[in-house]
Amino acid sequence: MRAALRAEWTKLRTVAGPRRLLLGMIVATVALGAAAASVVTCESAGCGGDPVRFGLIGVMLGQAPAAVLGVLVIGGEYGSGMIRTTLTAMPRRVTAFAAKAVALAGVVAVAGTVAVLGSLLAGRLLLPRHGFTAAHGHRALSLADGPTLRAVVGSILYLTLIALLSLGVAAVVRSSAAGIGIVLGLLYLLPVLTQAIGDPHWQRRLEQIAPMSAGLAVQATTDLRLLPLQPWAGLAVTAGWAAAALAAGALLLRVRDA
Amino acid sequence: MTGFAELLNAEWTKFRTVLGWVTGMAVAALLVVLVALLAGISSDQQGSGPAPTGPGGEPVTDSFYFVHRPLTGDGSVTVTVSALESSVPTGLDGVRPGVVPWAKAGLIVRQSTRQGSPYAAIMVTGDHGVRMQHDYVNDTAGPAGPVRLLRLVRSGDTITGYASADGTAWTTVGSARLRLGPTAQGGLFVASPQAVEGLGTTSSVSTAAFRDLRLQGGWAGGEWTGEQLGAGSPSFAGYPADTSGSFAESGGGLTVTGAGDLAPAVRYSLPTAGTLGNLLTGTFAALIAVIVVGALFITTEHRTGLIHVTLAAGPGRGRVLLAKAIVLGSVAFVAGLAGTVVAVPLGVRLARAHGVYIFPVSASTGLRVAVGTAALLAAASVLALAVGAVVRSSAAAVTTVIVAFVLPYLLVANPFMPAGAAAWLTRVTPAAAFAVQQTLVKYPQVANPYTPYNDYYPLAPWAGLAVLAGYAAAGLAVAAVVLRRRDA
Repeated sequence: MRAALRAEWTKLRTVAGPRRLLLGMIVATVALGAAAASVVTCESAGCGGDPVRFGLIGVMLGQAPAAVLGVLVIGGEYGSGMIRTTLTAMPRRVTAFAAKAVALAGVVAVAGTVAVLGSLLAGRLLLPRHGFTAAHGHRALSLADGPTLRAVVGSILYLTLIALLSLGVAAVVRSSAAGIGIVLGLLYLLPVLTQAIGDPHWQRRLEQIAPMSAGLAVQATTDLRLLPLQPWAGLAVTAGWAAAALAAGALLLRVRDA
Repeated sequence: MTGFAELLNAEWTKFRTVLGWVTGMAVAALLVVLVALLAGISSDQQGSGPAPTGPGGEPVTDSFYFVHRPLTGDGSVTVTVSALESSVPTGLDGVRPGVVPWAKAGLIVRQSTRQGSPYAAIMVTGDHGVRMQHDYVNDTAGPAGPVRLLRLVRSGDTITGYASADGTAWTTVGSARLRLGPTAQGGLFVASPQAVEGLGTTSSVSTAAFRDLRLQGGWAGGEWTGEQLGAGSPSFAGYPADTSGSFAESGGGLTVTGAGDLAPAVRYSLPTAGTLGNLLTGTFAALIAVIVVGALFITTEHRTGLIHVTLAAGPGRGRVLLAKAIVLGSVAFVAGLAGTVVAVPLGVRLARAHGVYIFPVSASTGLRVAVGTAALLAAASVLALAVGAVVRSSAAAVTTVIVAFVLPYLLVANPFMPAGAAAWLTRVTPAAAFAVQQTLVKYPQVANPYTPYNDYYPLAPWAGLAVLAGYAAAGLAVAAVVLRRRDA
């Protein structure tokens, strides 16, 4: 396993694509958070809203490069035929796949930490200038605050889980384009479709099972009892999706010809 | 040099012989239909009555406090009206004074008390001066300055409204021809529509005092009848807690309190109603499918090396790209049109069967939505092709284009997004193209949050689509330059 990990780490390290995608994830997350924080206004006390969630809104965009990276880690190998070399060098396919997952999770978690802390810092600097002040009942964003810390850690885990989900899906479909289409469909499409559903019970159920709506509940710090799912339970749903995709990917990799 | 028709034929052959791409397009059409089915069967509004429709067939709000008596033949009514006093709910219980810009008090003549009946009215409003309105959608502004006297004259089927500051100099505000029948109903009215507050609306109630009421012509004698019209209508927001409509006669004058509105229905007056755009939410799902196929149509050539053969056979690289775009766009257009043409009637029928009111559209609007949705999918797939030609990676191309469409939409749906930022996003991003699906009409005389989230887009339908077409055309141009400059 150590040799497998070392091999995967070398692949990630020596190609320009992953580095650019991780950088893109950081830039996208911080930029969207900063842009959103500079257009929002809070004019009166109790103007509602969850400043932590708003400050971390960039994760909605940052997850896209994370998903692309997850897909490319295995989809790219299928595209170039490299997968055959990989599996020749490491005939234990599940071990090779696990090594990919661990290496991917590691780099996404590190870059995700930078991205999420960057957006938190941007929110801390920008939001008070737009009315999110103590006078309006909002404290500055701070890691010393328990729920905020949970939102930050949860967001980093969320980004990691999305990358792993993408790896699993790409291993199942063996194509980068179809893989990323399915992952982005799961992430972005379900919340849009939820709005087309007239019945509130169905809506709530969809919000509880959709990987993005459920997982991002981990960013909530206000009105927790109104959420369809509690923060950690929501992230557990996303983890369930990732685990299922990884399991399916590992199984198919094992039983199918490459 | 190969003829362009041969290039087109070659690209078409490539497209139709790859099972995955044909399947992708079929899936796109199917997703549009499937989501319309889902939207249709998942909604349940059994129990709420149908919205009244006006003389033009559009849904209307026809709920207000009406103090009336019959008018046979010609006649006129003149009155002095006080400023309106409006109240809005404070939160839990009780009301506080407030300004309701489109609260109305004045004179009205209508065919009958039936919901959706033709009418003409002259009125003072909370904050928009004197207006002459008729048949729900028509609105004419009266003279500026203080107006205290109003007059409405019926002559045959023509109703004319006048306003005056002093009772001697009268200004004609407007006139309307209506189908009234021999005996109409006329008198005083007060309406107080929902007021926009924050992200939603709140009900309101208003009171006006009328003095010096003078009737001439064929008015029936006897007592005035006061009643709340359209009390059970789904487009009526009701009264704030502990208030109700009423009228009282005292010293030759009448004091009238009422709520509701005489206006075309908008998103917030029929919150449970659906639009064609809602039924076509599956367009998002179809988008993802056509974007994946569009990107693959070029990146696969780079990956497999087929691009060398393609460019050897057709060395005009810009023309090869154009041929690809035409083939891809046409297939996406046909798939989109097929999906929409099946989805809309099916979705409308299912939704109606479940008691959901669907905002009606004219045949030409329905056609525009169907063709526009198909064109949206075609342009999106061409944009994906162009991005794919530039970045040469299917995953990056697919992600870029999907994010450019879906992220603005999700951000606009965020309740904390200010209206200005939401309007900007739906103006300059490819998501502007969803304007082509809008069927709701903005009425300046109705207060309503006219935001993209409520199905009102800042751009006109075809202008929104043009934004996306611009992105696709610019993308193709960049791709042609890159393809020519770079070794394949």
